[in-house]
Amino acid sequence: MKLLDEFHGIRDDPYTYGKKLKAERNRKIIGYFCSYTPEEIIYAAGIHPMRLFGAQGEITLADTHFQAYCCSLVRGALEGALKGKLNFLDGTVFPHTCDSIQRLSDVWRLNTSFGFFADVVLPVKLNSESARRYMTDVLSKFRNNLEKGFGRRIEDQHLRKAIDTYNHIRTYLEQIYSLHSENPHIISGSDVYAIVRASMIMDRDDLLDKLPAVVEGIKRGDTDADNGTKKRILLVGGICNHPDVYRILEKSGGSVIWDDLCTGSRYFSGIIDNSGDPVESLANRYMERPVCPAKHLSVKSRGEHLVNLVKEKEADGVIFLLLKFCDPHAFDYPHMKEYCNRQGIPCMVLEIEDRLPTEGQLLTRFETFMHML
Amino acid sequence: MSRFMKDLLIYCLAKAKKAKLGLSKNKGMRDIMTVYYMEAKTARLSRRKVAWITSGGPVEPLIAMDIIPVYPENHGAMIGASKMGAELCEKAEEMGYSRDLCSYARSDISCATVNGGPIGGLPRPDMLVCCNNICGTVLKWYEIQARYFNVPLFILDTPFCHTEYAEEMKRYVKRQIEEYLVFLEDVCGRKLNHATMEKVGRLSVEGQQLWQAVLDTAANRPSPMTAFDAFFHLALIVTLRGTQITVDYYRNLLKTLNDKVEKGIGAVPNERYRLLWDNLPIWYRLRWLSKKFAEHDACLVADTYTTAWCGTLKYMDENKFLDSMAEAYTRIYLNIGIDEMAKTVMDMIDKYHVDGFVMHSNRSCKPYSLGQYDIRRIVQEEKGIPCLVIEADMTDERNFSESQVATRINAFMEMIKERKG
Ligand code: SF4
Ligand code: SF4
Repeated sequence: MKLLDEFHGIRDDPYTYGKKLKAERNRKIIGYFCSYTPEEIIYAAGIHPMRLFGAQGEITLADTHFQAYCCSLVRGALEGALKGKLNFLDGTVFPHTCDSIQRLSDVWRLNTSFGFFADVVLPVKLNSESARRYMTDVLSKFRNNLEKGFGRRIEDQHLRKAIDTYNHIRTYLEQIYSLHSENPHIISGSDVYAIVRASMIMDRDDLLDKLPAVVEGIKRGDTDADNGTKKRILLVGGICNHPDVYRILEKSGGSVIWDDLCTGSRYFSGIIDNSGDPVESLANRYMERPVCPAKHLSVKSRGEHLVNLVKEKEADGVIFLLLKFCDPHAFDYPHMKEYCNRQGIPCMVLEIEDRLPTEGQLLTRFETFMHML
Repeated sequence: MSRFMKDLLIYCLAKAKKAKLGLSKNKGMRDIMTVYYMEAKTARLSRRKVAWITSGGPVEPLIAMDIIPVYPENHGAMIGASKMGAELCEKAEEMGYSRDLCSYARSDISCATVNGGPIGGLPRPDMLVCCNNICGTVLKWYEIQARYFNVPLFILDTPFCHTEYAEEMKRYVKRQIEEYLVFLEDVCGRKLNHATMEKVGRLSVEGQQLWQAVLDTAANRPSPMTAFDAFFHLALIVTLRGTQITVDYYRNLLKTLNDKVEKGIGAVPNERYRLLWDNLPIWYRLRWLSKKFAEHDACLVADTYTTAWCGTLKYMDENKFLDSMAEAYTRIYLNIGIDEMAKTVMDMIDKYHVDGFVMHSNRSCKPYSLGQYDIRRIVQEEKGIPCLVIEADMTDERNFSESQVATRINAFMEMIKERKG
């Protein structure tokens, strides 16, 4: 489908897209790293929220700030900033999640200058009334900071419109996942990945203009995926920076039919009720959305969510994607695996340093796993 | 139960009772800690509840409720010091925990399943209290133990203070202190006695003041103590903060140290160079490191680690302890931005007349170690003193290379000697 070329292009080269947006439309752009960023507030201020995924490739400049035992996302992110690749940004925002991002925020604040800078120190526990109130307070404060930083008012009506836009985007993304899950032959996993990934980078109004046609195209079967048998795989982890995973997996006879990723379903889960106070509504989404392991909902929430997803999406197996040196996910892995074992769900783990294993190695590992299913 | 075990228990309980009443004033650290652990291990017999709590957690309400606090991190330190870390960490790795995770967490998680380690495992908790002011690791670790022991978990969520302790944070933490008390009352089925709480609060502040005074003696030349001594004496301010026995212990220690100061006795025989240590101790190499530095006539006079247990005294009000607790527990050293950490370091450099800065880059502890390079740069720029980075791990001795560290220390000391003459 021709339409998807653009999504692939943006996914492949987000910085060029960012630069263009700045140069051609004079947009203000704020960069961010995680799905706990209250994008709606940024959008409501007329600013473009753009997700950053960390530079791939050699790390040299970031080495003078971070030890080798820091995850490649954090090191890569800083490398990109120090190399000047992010100079099109007008600011960055850091929601509080893990210990490494927490320190990245400090190092970033002291060593870069993109104009606007904000920490959004979200609560870590999400299961109490006091945390809900605090979440609301923190989001209101971010709204004020943005207003001050960019000299613009963010009215409630702007926020409502933003919530509305995001609700639409999230509904379409979920629909695309569902179409693929219902019929993995209708579109390839790599295409789905490119759409979701690009949706965190693109101008959100442009995106919303394009998504209905994408959905229609998929339904019509304009997208091509091969027809071989496909084992249904649930991909679980933090961030997947590796489109090749999807392609090689399909080659081995599997397909990612759903995920629990920060760059996947956690990004679009949770439609917001837009009738009440908009900031409270935003807070509520974060309190209820499937949780990231750096946050606490209950001691069982992630394991239960996983098992539910497997059942609901009729997955044949689970692949845990772990980024080396990522503490929150590494701590959750043994018990998530145990959940799978207890339920008789086959699973495998793929630990990634910063680069994938070679294609041949990965293919063999995936094939071995597919045979088990 | 064998006759011997019974006798041992009676003996320990009697000792424990005495310790609680603070009858014997000149108890040694090892005595106190033995009694404390025996008391904790026999809690079921004495019908007292046991709470596991993080090292930076608010222990005072537990003491006031007569709940025995147990510190998995202190246990981790003992595991490290008895060189059992690598083995227990390996066991955790077999359980599926990555080798890159905090070694305190790894050794405690595996230890719980085999009752291993130097004291045969920690007593089973009735509840868990996790304060995330030190790291995100404790959150995951306590979730794991809450599942394993199937006991209630209270999380005191102290928002990270990158640049400020803002109004909304204040409200949130204060509200949680109230929730914490309700949680304890629920688990114990009885009310907190506020008079007792006040008393414990005052003892906690007094203990912290004495601990600060103990550390301050190192500002003298020569210093009567080294950071290695501080690592040893630290145990009580961590585990038994808020008790009379801690106050007595540090008062005694302070007296001994002041005597040494008066007589001009230094902890390092020919103290010429004074160093500051950053990050957790390397528990399995303390003696070796202490000898190594002493060989160069260098004394580690202070460290950023042990000061953490008195570093927020400025926010504490002994007359309104519960109220001031929120701020004091939120603004601790590891819960602030690296620029503020660097400021604290530089204040210490001035206060203790420091010639060089030794940083332990600790693979286990990301909130402590990530950002160290920037702190080093700031300190070098503003204070112009040499800085050394040692790559290691506090408990897992597989991450320590003795020859490499020795070479680096020698080179560093040469630099300091050249500078100072
Ligand atoms: S959550 Fe994991 S991958 Fe993400 S920044 Fe933190 S350590 Fe790195
Ligand atoms: S050593 Fe660091 S990571 Fe481990 S429990 Fe202590 S503060 Fe947390």
